[in-house]
Amino acid sequence: MAETPDGAQERPVLALDRIVKEFPGVRALDGVELELHPGEVTALIGENGAGKSTVVKILTGIYQPDGGQILIDGQPTAFPTAQAAADAGVTAIHQETVLFDELSVAENIFIGHAPRTRFGMIDRAGMKRRAGEILASIGAEIDPGVRLRDLGIASRHLVAIARALSIDARVVIMDEPTAALSQKEIEELYELVDTLKAQGKAILFISHKFDEIFRIADRYTVFRDGQFVGAGLMRDTDEGALVQMMVGRSVDQIFPKRESLLGVELLKVVGYSHPTEFEDINFTLRRGEILGFYGLVGAGRSEFMQSLIGITKPSKGVVRLEDRIKIIRSPADAIDAGIVYVPEDRGRQGAILDLPIFQNVTLPSLGQTSKHGFTQLAEEFALARKYTQRLDLRAASLDTHVGSLSGGNQQKVVIAKWLATRPKVIILDEPTKGIDIGSKAAVHDFMSELAAEGLSVIMVSSEIPEIMGMADRVIVMREGRIAAELEGDALTPETLVRHAAGIGLKEDAA
Amino acid sequence: MSASLTSLLKSREAILVAVIALVMVLISTRFPGFVALSNLVSVFNDTSPLILLALGQMVVILTRCIDLSVAANLALTGMVCAMLNVAYPDLPIVVSLVLAVFLGGVMGAFNGILVWKLGIPPIVVTLGTMTIYRGIIFLLSDGSWVNSHEMSAHFTGFPRQVILGLPVLSWIAIVMAGVMVLVMTRTALGRSFYAVGGNPHAAVYTGIDVGKTQFIAFVISGMLAGLAGYLWIARYAVAYVDIAGGFELDVVAACVIGGISIAGGLGTVGGAVLGALFLGVIKNALPVIDVSPFWQLAISGAAIILAVTFNTRADRTKGRVILKSAEQAQ
Repeated sequence: MAETPDGAQERPVLALDRIVKEFPGVRALDGVELELHPGEVTALIGENGAGKSTVVKILTGIYQPDGGQILIDGQPTAFPTAQAAADAGVTAIHQETVLFDELSVAENIFIGHAPRTRFGMIDRAGMKRRAGEILASIGAEIDPGVRLRDLGIASRHLVAIARALSIDARVVIMDEPTAALSQKEIEELYELVDTLKAQGKAILFISHKFDEIFRIADRYTVFRDGQFVGAGLMRDTDEGALVQMMVGRSVDQIFPKRESLLGVELLKVVGYSHPTEFEDINFTLRRGEILGFYGLVGAGRSEFMQSLIGITKPSKGVVRLEDRIKIIRSPADAIDAGIVYVPEDRGRQGAILDLPIFQNVTLPSLGQTSKHGFTQLAEEFALARKYTQRLDLRAASLDTHVGSLSGGNQQKVVIAKWLATRPKVIILDEPTKGIDIGSKAAVHDFMSELAAEGLSVIMVSSEIPEIMGMADRVIVMREGRIAAELEGDALTPETLVRHAAGIGLKEDAA
Repeated sequence: MSASLTSLLKSREAILVAVIALVMVLISTRFPGFVALSNLVSVFNDTSPLILLALGQMVVILTRCIDLSVAANLALTGMVCAMLNVAYPDLPIVVSLVLAVFLGGVMGAFNGILVWKLGIPPIVVTLGTMTIYRGIIFLLSDGSWVNSHEMSAHFTGFPRQVILGLPVLSWIAIVMAGVMVLVMTRTALGRSFYAVGGNPHAAVYTGIDVGKTQFIAFVISGMLAGLAGYLWIARYAVAYVDIAGGFELDVVAACVIGGISIAGGLGTVGGAVLGALFLGVIKNALPVIDVSPFWQLAISGAAIILAVTFNTRADRTKGRVILKSAEQAQ
């Protein structure tokens, strides 16, 4: 029974009690607590990987908890399916709203629970009228008859919210709802949230932006590394206290100690810009250096890296490698220049699951193993063996299909593939995301070895301990621009979070 | 675990060999002459054009595309070769062969350009070009036939010449299958077909141009269709608008039966050849034992569904293996 902002005692409409969720090798949620009260906005705060999206999936019936209870009105319940969660009145409006482009607004609002006529057919007129009523109740001027594809992003959000209301939701989850909205649209969303509050809905608001959390939330709950850190009323806290809770105290993970032997300047990027994703990126990279790129999801880090290796075209900017200008128009050019990129999404962008390990490893290096245009199997196996052994990859044979390996081993195959091209710069995008702790340590050790051998590493990571433990220097990106370049004493978990979230450093120093 | 998976994939071809052998044994109990060497040679020879087209189709399907225009390509190339032979009866065979491969390649390239540069779905592109190519035959020939007496003897005789007991047509199919084995297993191009079909996103990061690779697949398919075009009209000594009508479906069927995954990235030359041979054996065997041609269609259809069912089941096994290894890792 928490105290409401008005001082009254009130029971939460929905509560999570010591929820545990485990994935192979990872405990994503470790006994977390969460309370949502009617007519209030609760902000869920935490770094990337803190467990916020896992909680959303448990609340919407997509994941089942391995321990703990979900309580509705104090009664233990379970959401075995997404439908069960919807029936209980829990609905989520996602970052990328799931709607149907080719259907009308009214059909989108009522799909799955459309009003029926006496004969069991869909009552189109009734549906359109009800949709109009709901849209009007949230102040949205949208014709329920138009096709969804003709609406802008902000209007789509309103449709998603109308859909949530149409199933008589008691709990509305908003996951980064303002990420794609303009300032004016954000203001409209705030007004809408106020409307929902007035209707007595409990709202879970997930956001990285402190200004909007302070603008809109009544309560906060902070998670860190899958654990509940604290909760309370917004009026009793400030930015500094929240940041402190998010990043925690010391970094207790163990990272390989290494001597930084920084060599000469190897890579220099000047004025790299993209029409929509990032602007004016400048940095240098020395031989043997590990350069961290930190930022919130959507800060433009991966987009910049993909442009650097020629997947997307920059609008302007120059890359100098070993003091020579390199023109990179395609990933093949980047590989030739010695810049390789190990993408974040292994399943989609990394390994080719139907091919055996050795063919995955040699795919970009077939020139090395070919004679007269024909690849030599013995040399392919030798090359694959050399690099997979270095990474301590354990598999029955190099003929094993990559699809049958564990996530950590798939990651090793992808890294081995890129090392086999003998690169000068290796870009690792979230190198340890979603892999077990043992494999994580192996990847970290290996990164140190590579740097010690003179390879330059760019590590894109959202994990503060990893960035703090591994990087010589960190570039923080925010909204497509470099927000800060930190090293030495200036590099602390707090400075990272503040620059990434755009919280003024001076005013809060006091 | 990997050994069982590999052997499973290998056994997919082994099962096909066993099924073909079983069909032949069953037929031979009622009609022993069917398995006489001379008859087997003729069955193989009959199946050779299907093998040639299936080799090309396999490459296209591996890259997550489909080429429905192969039969029309074959017919148009064949008609051009035939009309050229009528106009210049003394033209050497080499010229006909090179022209056929080139013309087929150009038609394949047209398909490929539309898929690569305009991003039109392959099934739509080749459905369109299928009709266009057939239409061009009509425009060229005015709907009339080129008959055997109009063609010169060396033109029609070439595919039928026997070398070491096999007709040239069969030898060409064997040599092309050998070339394709080499290309698919031993070259960077062959590997890129598998990469593009298996995971196009990963292929891009590896420096492979997905669209260009698909374009090359269409060119290869077109070249093989063109080659088969000359061989077909020369062997049957007749060319007309509707030649090989509907044959593209046999070609796709041969690939599917041979274990080429319609989702791309999985399949071998051996599978494509065996799939074609299976259809060839059925087609030749059923009339021998007095089974109606409608049963032939039904059996081909059943074989396709069985093959696809088998392939999906094989994939499902793979999924379970992943879960199992995840459990072990825990």
